[in-house]
Amino acid sequence: MSELAVDTSSGHDAVASDSRHDHTPHDDHGGGHGHYTSLGLSNNKLGMWLFLGSECLLFGGLISTYMLYRGRTAKGPGPNQVYDIPFTSASSFVLLMSSLTMVLAVTAAKRRDDGNTRLWLSVTALLGALFVGGQVYEFTGFYNEGLGFTTSLFSSSLYTLTGFHGVHVTVGIMMLMALRGILTKNRIVGDKAEVVELIGLYWHFVDIIWIIIFTLVYLIPA
Amino acid sequence: MSTDTVAHADHGHADDHGEHGHGEHVDHPDSWYVKIALVLAGITAAEVALSYMDVGVVFLPTLLIMMVIKFVMVVLFFMHLRFDSKWFNMAFWSGLILAVLVYVAALTTFKFWG
Repeated sequence: MSELAVDTSSGHDAVASDSRHDHTPHDDHGGGHGHYTSLGLSNNKLGMWLFLGSECLLFGGLISTYMLYRGRTAKGPGPNQVYDIPFTSASSFVLLMSSLTMVLAVTAAKRRDDGNTRLWLSVTALLGALFVGGQVYEFTGFYNEGLGFTTSLFSSSLYTLTGFHGVHVTVGIMMLMALRGILTKNRIVGDKAEVVELIGLYWHFVDIIWIIIFTLVYLIPA
Repeated sequence: MSTDTVAHADHGHADDHGEHGHGEHVDHPDSWYVKIALVLAGITAAEVALSYMDVGVVFLPTLLIMMVIKFVMVVLFFMHLRFDSKWFNMAFWSGLILAVLVYVAALTTFKFWG
């Protein structure tokens, strides 16, 4: 099957799609084994961006629910009694720095520096694990203060929102470790840098969601 | 670590950096990302400090502005959306804007703002 894309913006005709399989590893993403849309875009990358756009709706719903119910504490503890802002600030800093290490992994992958790519992926996973560990510690503290999942609408919406985010971070850690493993065994077919970039996009997304949660949930008083 | 900022004009190529979006692919040195991370950390510190201060009515807007700045910086620079195809931009921003509109409408229905 042949698919022709005409690039009129640059004044040149460019044959895309199938011809892309002829790319040699010298091209910036190094493979040319990926599939491309007729616009010359990577299908994988477009799919990831669409997925992240749709995830905005998921987290938007969870954040809105929390905002509606944060004052509904029944007879249980409220936000101001359970939140530990210094601790959560440190966790936020850790997750923010994991975005830096992730972008360093992506730039290393684009330079075909496999050693540094694996190193930064490992550091990113470690920082992510630190964040999740902090969240488990925080949840334990909440529970010990009498805030169970069904204590109030506030507690249910808080645990659901932050729990969903924690699950996303955990999935991200698993993807990072899996990626590190297949990089070590050199089992990536095609474009390594793009695969690292795709995982990176997901990782940065969990970071930007936390940027919102940290401000709206923790820093703004109920 | 790379030390140079390299700009490539992609005219005539249909690679996934999105010449249809802007026609330029920029490689930044690692130090550039470190600087951005430091700015983000600084804004986070300012947010936390602000939450302990009594600044009156400017508290909420200031906090929200800082949140938006951090969000946009990560999306544009760490996720490279600033330098990527307009189609990727559309895919993400349309989802985000739709989410904001839907949930602002939902919160309004529940009389949240009052």
